[in-house]
Amino acid sequence: MIAQRINGVLRPVPTGFVYAAGLVPLALLVWQAATGGLGVDPVKAIEHRLGELALQFLVGVLAISPLRWWTGVNLIRFRRAIGLLSFFYVCLHLSVWLALDLQFRWAEIGADIAKRPYITLGMLAFVAMIPLAVTSTNGAIRRMGASAWTRLHRLTYLVAVLGALHFLLLVKAWPPEPIIYLGCVLFLLGLRAFRALRRGG
Amino acid sequence: FARVEARPSRFSTDEKPNTFEEISNYNNFYEFGLDKADPARHAGALTVDPWSVEIAGLVERPGSYPLDDILKSVTLEERIYRLRCVEGWSMVVPWIGFELRELLERAGVRPAAKFVAFETLVRPEEMPGVRSRILDWPYREGLRLDEAMHPLTILATGLYGEEMPKQNGAPIRLVVPWKYGFKSIKSIVRISLVETMPATSWNMQNPREYGFYSNVNPAVDHPRWSQASERRIGSGFFAPRIETRLFNGYEEEVAHLYAGQDLKVDF
Repeated sequence: MIAQRINGVLRPVPTGFVYAAGLVPLALLVWQAATGGLGVDPVKAIEHRLGELALQFLVGVLAISPLRWWTGVNLIRFRRAIGLLSFFYVCLHLSVWLALDLQFRWAEIGADIAKRPYITLGMLAFVAMIPLAVTSTNGAIRRMGASAWTRLHRLTYLVAVLGALHFLLLVKAWPPEPIIYLGCVLFLLGLRAFRALRRGG
Repeated sequence: FARVEARPSRFSTDEKPNTFEEISNYNNFYEFGLDKADPARHAGALTVDPWSVEIAGLVERPGSYPLDDILKSVTLEERIYRLRCVEGWSMVVPWIGFELRELLERAGVRPAAKFVAFETLVRPEEMPGVRSRILDWPYREGLRLDEAMHPLTILATGLYGEEMPKQNGAPIRLVVPWKYGFKSIKSIVRISLVETMPATSWNMQNPREYGFYSNVNPAVDHPRWSQASERRIGSGFFAPRIETRLFNGYEEEVAHLYAGQDLKVDF
């Protein structure tokens, strides 16, 4: 009942609204950066915030199917926008790391990518997102066929795990946030495994 | 804050110090929370007066030394030091303090002592961070005796001509400028002279990543990130990174302490 009502309310919402809403945190970040609201080390604050937003949208993408299976609330129409927003924030996150943090010091950047597990995982996640973003159009789905497209987009699961591990391996000690993100990702993937097993058995 | 009189020091760098706002709003002091802004938010609750430091172990005159009494017998100097954090950022801080050596000599170091161990206050009702098990409290640090007696090693009780802000480790903290910042233990309540290398908090937490010495060294990377360069806090969005220097630029003063040691092994 409630699910149907929610679906009814969402039906007239254009996906453009999701894109616009997804850019609000960026606008806020720019405003904070311009007004000195990001504390003493704004570069790190921006870098972390962008990465965090990317992870949040990624978790959002993964939540859409389980939400539909178990509550009937259908957000599938917004999934592409949420996924692309995640990729957009990953691109910004990577750009800030390259340009403002490491300042195109390629020797250090190369060594970091090759030697630092958390950066290696983060780069892999970024690279794995590229085919997903490239095939995010209706035309791509048509050309590939629905089943091949669906198979390819299971890469999202890998991207989410890599992204969450990237965060976890970067911190000192064991603060709660990265553990919570990884927990969310594993929980949402676990729901899929649970459903697949139940259906298969 | 009360103004603190301090003499200038030949050990001060002429680099431009970070602002008081930067120094007192960007702190790793996990007893008050994990975020760098947490200490400034929560440390106000800390009671720093009265304060005494217990000096124990291999000393002639062990006991509880009231801070007022310690300060009567020392000469305060302003030491403008570079501070390099193991996380890859740095600042320049105009500390006020005195050489640790003065206090150790007052307590009388026995010949058997080889190391100095330090402990931070643990007071859960004033330190919200110690309720989490992020580190095994109390925060512990240590120095080899020759490092502790080195004139660059100070106990700081103020900065920018004023009493130490609580989030920076009031009322008394260690500053060892050639080592990563976490060695410079804050809000000290206990100093012990010991014979064997003491356990230190970050080494206990992750021995592969944080060694006992933790000298600043661009050639010895942290296992998870490079230590080749650093970002100077407060220098703006587009300020270039700074090449990290061996011993944080204090090579001339301290390199002899490590003659014959392989710094990749003794990291």
